Amino acid sequence: MSRKVKAIVLTGNGTNCEMEMAHACKLAGADVIDIVHLSELLYGEKRLADYSFLNLPGGFLDGDDLGSAKAGANRFLHARITGHKEILFADLIDFINAGKLILGVCNGFQLMVKLGLLPALKNNYTSQSTTLTFNDSGRFEDRWVYLKGNEQSPCVFTKDIDVLYLPVRHGEGKFIPQSTKILNALEKKNLFALQYSNADGETTMEYPANPNGSVQAIAGICNETGRLFGLMPHPEAYLHRTNHPRWTREDLPEEGQGLTIFRNAVNFIRSKEF
Amino acid sequence: MADRIEVGFKKGIRDALGEKIKRRIRDNFSLPVEKVSTIEVCTIEGGLTKAQLKQAAAGPLSDPVIQNFAINKPLAGDFGWLIEVGFRPGVTDNVGKTAREAIELLLNDETGARKISVYTSRQYLLHGNISRTDAAKIASGLLANDLIERHLIVGHDEFNFICGLPAYVPHVLGEDKPAVEEIDLARFNDDQLLQISQDKLLALNLEEMKAMQQYFQRKSIVEARGKIGLNENITDVELECLAQTWSEHCKHKIFNSQITYTTAHARLTIDSLFKTYIKGSTAQIRKAKGKNDFCLSVFVDNAGVIKFNDNYNLVFKVETHNSPSALDPYGGALTGIVGVNRDPFGTGIGAKLIFNTDVFCFASPFYKKKLPPRILHPRRIYEGVREGVEHGGNKSGIPTVNGSIVFDDRYLGKPLVYCGTAGIMPAKLNGKPTHTKEIKPGDVIIMTGGRIGKDGIHGATFSSEELHEGSPVTAVQIGDPITQKKMTDFLLVARNRGLYRAITDNGAGGLSSSVGEMATYSGGCRIDLSLAPLKYPGLQPWEILVSEAQERMTLAVDPRKVKQFKDLAKKMDVEATTLGKFTASGKFHVLYGKKTVAFLDMEFLHDGVPQLKLAARWQPPKNKEPHFPEPANLNKALTRMLARLNICSKESVVRQYDHEVQAGSVIKPLVGAANDGPSDAAVIRPILDSLEGVVVAHGICPRYSDIDTYHMTACAIDEAVRNAVAVGADLDCLAGLDNFCWCDPVKSAKTPDGEYKLAQLVRSNMAIFDYTTAYGVPCISGKDSMKNDYSIGSTKISIPPSLLYSVIGKIKDVRKAVTMDAKRPQDLVYILGETKDELGGSEWLAMHDAIGNNVPRVDAGRAIKLYRSLHKAMGAGLVASCHDCSDGGLAVALIETAFAGGLGMNIDLNYVPYRGKKRNDYILFSESASRFVVTIHPSVKAKFDKIMAGNVVSEIGFVTADGLFEVAGINGQAIIKERISKFKEAWLKPLNF
Repeated sequence: MSRKVKAIVLTGNGTNCEMEMAHACKLAGADVIDIVHLSELLYGEKRLADYSFLNLPGGFLDGDDLGSAKAGANRFLHARITGHKEILFADLIDFINAGKLILGVCNGFQLMVKLGLLPALKNNYTSQSTTLTFNDSGRFEDRWVYLKGNEQSPCVFTKDIDVLYLPVRHGEGKFIPQSTKILNALEKKNLFALQYSNADGETTMEYPANPNGSVQAIAGICNETGRLFGLMPHPEAYLHRTNHPRWTREDLPEEGQGLTIFRNAVNFIRSKEF
Repeated sequence: MADRIEVGFKKGIRDALGEKIKRRIRDNFSLPVEKVSTIEVCTIEGGLTKAQLKQAAAGPLSDPVIQNFAINKPLAGDFGWLIEVGFRPGVTDNVGKTAREAIELLLNDETGARKISVYTSRQYLLHGNISRTDAAKIASGLLANDLIERHLIVGHDEFNFICGLPAYVPHVLGEDKPAVEEIDLARFNDDQLLQISQDKLLALNLEEMKAMQQYFQRKSIVEARGKIGLNENITDVELECLAQTWSEHCKHKIFNSQITYTTAHARLTIDSLFKTYIKGSTAQIRKAKGKNDFCLSVFVDNAGVIKFNDNYNLVFKVETHNSPSALDPYGGALTGIVGVNRDPFGTGIGAKLIFNTDVFCFASPFYKKKLPPRILHPRRIYEGVREGVEHGGNKSGIPTVNGSIVFDDRYLGKPLVYCGTAGIMPAKLNGKPTHTKEIKPGDVIIMTGGRIGKDGIHGATFSSEELHEGSPVTAVQIGDPITQKKMTDFLLVARNRGLYRAITDNGAGGLSSSVGEMATYSGGCRIDLSLAPLKYPGLQPWEILVSEAQERMTLAVDPRKVKQFKDLAKKMDVEATTLGKFTASGKFHVLYGKKTVAFLDMEFLHDGVPQLKLAARWQPPKNKEPHFPEPANLNKALTRMLARLNICSKESVVRQYDHEVQAGSVIKPLVGAANDGPSDAAVIRPILDSLEGVVVAHGICPRYSDIDTYHMTACAIDEAVRNAVAVGADLDCLAGLDNFCWCDPVKSAKTPDGEYKLAQLVRSNMAIFDYTTAYGVPCISGKDSMKNDYSIGSTKISIPPSLLYSVIGKIKDVRKAVTMDAKRPQDLVYILGETKDELGGSEWLAMHDAIGNNVPRVDAGRAIKLYRSLHKAMGAGLVASCHDCSDGGLAVALIETAFAGGLGMNIDLNYVPYRGKKRNDYILFSESASRFVVTIHPSVKAKFDKIMAGNVVSEIGFVTADGLFEVAGINGQAIIKERISKFKEAWLKPLNF
């Protein structure tokens, strides 16, 4: 009997992709999928500890009013759980230390980066060392992009992914590391799990293939264990053939490419490695 | 004492906003600005210590990787001019609110023991050789909207580089004691009554003022009022409440008026356009559909409800937000979209929102003439409205899937901002149908969401007037999509748990309208305005009642469930306040504390407004027939047509709207080989594990109003239906919404041509009846906005009568949906439908500065037959691409089909079924209705021809691989031959900013 995969999809305060994230988990074969409002965690009605796969979906936490996910990160860092002494963030660190998986998409990725959960070099999960900020174009854009997977990456989510085609939908997706040192460390440890590329899989700095001007065309990064992963493009928005912008003119499999990321997560939790 | 925290980018970090502003300054003003950098400012009240300020600045207020901050000293270093822009007192400051909450949480001060307030502003540092006058022009012409924002311009030499700018707090001043004014209407003569209406911005006419005067003199009324401590004087609360309830905006007095319609041949008396033509057509269609009638709730609720399948209902509503968008395009449009979101959300028991659709009508963004007073440049309106809808839609997590932008310089005085939203709800919930409302006497009135401020006061009455000198600033509101999202998240949980009985939104008219309308279900209400949560003190009772402050829903809650409801609200961080009770007293009873401030008969409030009696006279206009020869170079003509604002690509706007959130996107607004072809309609899957789809499309063709609004309306309905059919919608499951935006059609000194404009309205309604019944596409909801005029001094600008017809429908299997891009070389190109020399009102004539007279006419019988055949062919999988012919006619549809597919085309006009004066340009650019360009694979030709038999269809050419667009004219010679890339370039360019 394989291990049960218990997925939690967190929502509330401006998150808006929870439904499709949950659907992706379902299609990927997760056994339990709960869409949980942040208040349920803060009121102690649900516990992170009861799950193995945390999904942080896209949206606009607190409207991204202070910069993407900034106020959201502030809440994670300082909100207390009613009836418990600890803050929510302590539960999150326990979750990570237990070797469980976290996937942040778009606003969820921004949240992870601003909390310091990514890239968390040397497993320091409390210090922000990179950021996601305004696109070079100065505008929010919805467009599909090609992504090149990094086969050397420890990322469990992007295993065996060569090229992906997914939509980005953001105004603040430009990845910037604090220093060249950090960037070099990311490169050396193969923490760039996904990079913006052209249709042939060559990474690019050219707009619009690189939609935001991200340094090194970085679209998604993982931590050193590969169990925490965030990306700006939306894998949960390509679960079915008809999501593809050219499905009426190309031969495509019924299943969308975005599902691979969720299936990798579910399979990993079921594996011995977990 | 307040403190200032400034946050700016570190050296070497790109300031994308600054760069964008620089581009706009250069584009809009041609000023030599070399660089713009931005600094965000938070002004914080609450006596934070130095350490706390630093904690806030380094924590939620800045990003350590890319930003610096400074506390009570300036970040600004090198600049020519510094412009700081902040809100005026009382204007919604969403970022300030988020910052306050973040700081409270950070300092562990959620109890509110310490009162913290945060006000945001932004500094723009301009570099370049510009004068103070230039800086002032940039400030009021681009950076600040002086109606709602204040700005400060500081030159480099004047700036104090040690202290920076002093902290400024935009307090709302004048904390008046709540007071109720009484007016003895009996004392006033007619002129004085009208003066009161004008002075108080009530927008009521003499008959309406007199109806009030008489009501307050009735003996029974005076007696009843005496018992609760009121006299025969009307209170200001009652006056404002009646003005709001009786406003054109809320009561649709013109649509419900008695109209004498005269033409050269006939005279007709119409008792209510709305009842006769709109409700009337829907009733007839429903009857004809019999068992297949899918309408569930029409015209009675905030939005129309139809059946999607046995388990789910669809809810759809389109609104306009024109007047506020004219004054503050960003706030007006943002409020437009989040406002219409609340309509389906407040329909029946409440629906989950699944898509937005937007149609904007603007003057040219390249408008060069001098602007009349109080009018913002159309480019500014365009950018502001676009951004408002972007923030409203994207931040709410609702995909914007369909829309249009229509250009005509008569929209200079009032831009039109149509915003629509659909929702989905389970057909039954907790064993009860979801599309109806029920309220019992004794149910508790609870308001949830945002707080009440002076924002949006007089919105309902203001939009019932033209834009004039005294148009109130407070009518502008700024929506807060996140407060609304939090509220809707909460209310959906409450709905599913059965914690409330009924729900409605607070839109125009605020509580007066929401509570007033809900009270009709129980037969009365009693509310206490002193209980309402306020943004700041100093609001008068009447202001609390009619404020249109955003993000509020009003609910009827079973008294036994109030605790559960409120506990859930608290947990989910949503404010919920009891305001009173629904009753069966027959009275709209309002208190402030213990004192009654309004006591009106429900019947008088809702049915007391006298019916208007109006005259309409139809005299068909005779426009000059243009005389120009067929152009020698049709390559060039087509290129110019493609660059026209009404035809060119709207990609830059579309991309800035999230059209894919919720992951049900099937047919996107942009399709084709390079993801940039213009879709005819949108298809989404609202239920992710089902293949059933929702189709949404619209039609709008205001140019035809210059000839005959009857045909304008017929063409708009046909265009909407045709677009839906083009992507695969089932004609038997389509429902419509009518949104009229008219110029004032009531004859007066200001509007001497009122009878003609009213006749235009009558004719439009007649077409609604004729064509919706012919197509079997019932109107399920709609709205009208009747005063889209600008009138200041001697300048009057009226919009062209504009009808937006939106349709919502169904496709059983989304995998059968069809897009507009040509798919493969060698595919055959067909034209479906007949082309006639109907150039009247066309883009082709408009390009030649003419209108003409021969407006396209819709033959509904032939159209339906064609649409059914096409749907059958699509169902059989025979159609590779399908694109409707609209603005720019056949030529534009063909070239768009070609370049969206990245393929060439070879066309022979001799095969186009055509009636009328034969000219190549007429065949190419006529806008005859009910036509499509279709491509099919050669192997299915026989099957396709068989299904289409009996319709006017013709094979006119084929798709090619060489990327050339070639057209042979009626004499057999090549009249167009050019690379598709050339045409596409011309089409992409105009609005790509």
